[in-house]
Amino acid sequence: MSVNDSRVDSKAGFGDADRLIDLWNKPQVRALAYQILVVGGVVLLLAYLAGNVIENREARGIAGGFGFLEREAGFAINDTLIPYSPSDTYGTAFLVGVLNTLRVALLGIVLATVLGTIIGIARLSSNFLVATLSSWYVEVTRNVPLLLQLFIWASVLRTSMPSPRQAFEPLPGVFISNRGVKLPVPEAHPVWDWMLLAAAIGILAAWIFSRWAKKQQDATGKQYPTFWVGLGCIAGLPFLTWLVGGAPTQLDMPELRGFNFRGGLTMTPEFFALLLGLTIYTAGFIAEIVRSGILAVSYGQTEAAASLGLRRGLVLRLVVLPQALRVIIPPTTSQYLNLTKNSSLAVGIGYFDMVNVGNTTMNQTGQAVEAIAMFMAVYLTISLTISLLMNWYNRQIALVER
Amino acid sequence: MQLKQILAAGAAIAALGVGSAAMAGETLDATIERGTLLCGVNTGLAGFGTPDSEGVYSGFDVDFCRAVALVILDDADAVEYTPLTSQQRFTALQAGEVDVLSRNTTWTLTRDTALGLNFTAVTYYDGQGFMVPADLGVTSALELDGATVCVQPGTTTELNLADFFRANDMTFEPVVIEGLDQVNDAYFSGRCDVYTTDSSGLAAIRNSVAPVPEDHVILPEIISKEPLGPVVRHGDDEFFDIVKWTVFAMVQAEELGITSENVDEFMDSTNPVVQRLLGTTPGMGEALGVRESWAYDVIAQIGNYGEVYDRHLTPLGLQRGLNALWTDGGLMYAMPLR
Repeated sequence: MSVNDSRVDSKAGFGDADRLIDLWNKPQVRALAYQILVVGGVVLLLAYLAGNVIENREARGIAGGFGFLEREAGFAINDTLIPYSPSDTYGTAFLVGVLNTLRVALLGIVLATVLGTIIGIARLSSNFLVATLSSWYVEVTRNVPLLLQLFIWASVLRTSMPSPRQAFEPLPGVFISNRGVKLPVPEAHPVWDWMLLAAAIGILAAWIFSRWAKKQQDATGKQYPTFWVGLGCIAGLPFLTWLVGGAPTQLDMPELRGFNFRGGLTMTPEFFALLLGLTIYTAGFIAEIVRSGILAVSYGQTEAAASLGLRRGLVLRLVVLPQALRVIIPPTTSQYLNLTKNSSLAVGIGYFDMVNVGNTTMNQTGQAVEAIAMFMAVYLTISLTISLLMNWYNRQIALVER
Repeated sequence: MQLKQILAAGAAIAALGVGSAAMAGETLDATIERGTLLCGVNTGLAGFGTPDSEGVYSGFDVDFCRAVALVILDDADAVEYTPLTSQQRFTALQAGEVDVLSRNTTWTLTRDTALGLNFTAVTYYDGQGFMVPADLGVTSALELDGATVCVQPGTTTELNLADFFRANDMTFEPVVIEGLDQVNDAYFSGRCDVYTTDSSGLAAIRNSVAPVPEDHVILPEIISKEPLGPVVRHGDDEFFDIVKWTVFAMVQAEELGITSENVDEFMDSTNPVVQRLLGTTPGMGEALGVRESWAYDVIAQIGNYGEVYDRHLTPLGLQRGLNALWTDGGLMYAMPLR
């Protein structure tokens, strides 16, 4: 080997090292390497935990797997959206729980938004009493733990309501007692399904019309009564269907027999307590978000819009709200997520939400890991759906720069 | 030389074997090392397990924890109590948060097997009953069609309830709340027509929670078998044995008429059964892996089964019934100590 060759070789060696260092100095490469390390670490940790769980459970002879979902549940549920009896499976019971969670979360989100918006605006009122009362509302509801509020509501509803035999009857067929609210419901009739279909068609038609009207307005400046046409489509079509279907008015009336009312629809005190608690608690947070959103729009915007000759309502709708919503939507999304997850406190007051049903299931079958995994999957699905919807809405209302 | 090495290797393997056997007794080892017994008890059920104003637990179930602590650690107060709800109890035991669960827990096949638990012995033969307000005028559980029933979740009670109404072709509306205080509140505020749990629990609640106990009646029907007793985890047979035989020793003592008062008089008894129990004839303690005076200490400091029963449950108005000794027509029967 000549001296010359060895010099070339060593230079080539330096070149490799230099190239490696160069590569390492590239931010993208370095970032990728760190990410691989982190992901690898997380995967290893998860594998270790999973292995540990499986090994320990085998050592103690605890059965595993999701086979228990097929077995008969054997426990009763008093508040179900789908038919359920103790002879149904754990899987069905879990589904009942998931639907109950969704029901209370969706209603809670709507009511908390309405109440929160009212309180938030009221806090900005120039009326001293209204403003003070709303600040008190916010401070009290935000600072008392939710579980405590739920206990209070459950206890108040149980003790303040009369027994079924002395139930209030504010409207014929509507009974309020400590067993909940009993409502008459229309008896089963094929027309109800058709009305549902008609409503869906109506919503679609209203949406198409509003898009068309907006295009027309952009092109010609002519305005169309979008609201009234929409209302006609969404409410009028089902009403027409009902008339055509023979206008059935038979009601399934609740009736006091023995211990309790039979027939009709029941809304339990536990459901009301949970709904009230979640709504009132979350509304306190939403009120503050709404207030901050409105305050974030400088008063100059309102003045400028007014100087263009816009009416007060239009100023709010076209100038202030679009800017305020940009501030309001993202934190409100997290409040919606909080409300949904907080609904698991139902366990404390005996509303049959998913966690309540799941706890009973895991207690009877010993499948704690599986049940918790199911909780996580369901909450993750619900939360991601809310996030997606809210992010989509956020993009719709974001300022579009031209 | 060669032979010695082989023997040494053999001894080492044997030692390893012994070592791994000791590993199997990990609950026992951990308890001895920690110096306290981890015991899961009720969050507060009068007579069975309830804390006083200073947070010190007492009751029928609690005394069995104290007895086990006395046998293993020679100190009845070396117990760390964890109050558990009906839903938390099995997970807490499986996860090792508690080592023995003495919390009116019913022995069932599923719990004994798939949950990875072992029931040691029955300390109380119970059955599920119903309590209703007296002014409801109900005299039999078969009149409860359509009633609203308060019950705790995750219990055999919840399942028996559904079975009973199904079997008798009746309907009911369950109100299922985890916290005992919350269920009590729901029943006494009139949210439910009926309260169901083990009849011993009903008696305890009627006597300790009801504003006026006479306003509530316990219906005559007993709709299930509820054998209650201490539970341990799978995986430590020595610990399992100690808990089991502590209970048997207390029952055996009652059968022999040995009480905390007179136990010293029995020390010079010539009855071989008594001698084996009290350790004057050694062997039983060694077999269990504890000191020979284990049963003597339990009887002297905590009492026999009947004394524990009289101390905690008789004041609640609970008759011995099924829990009388087998010699008195009951079901309490200790396996032979020999």
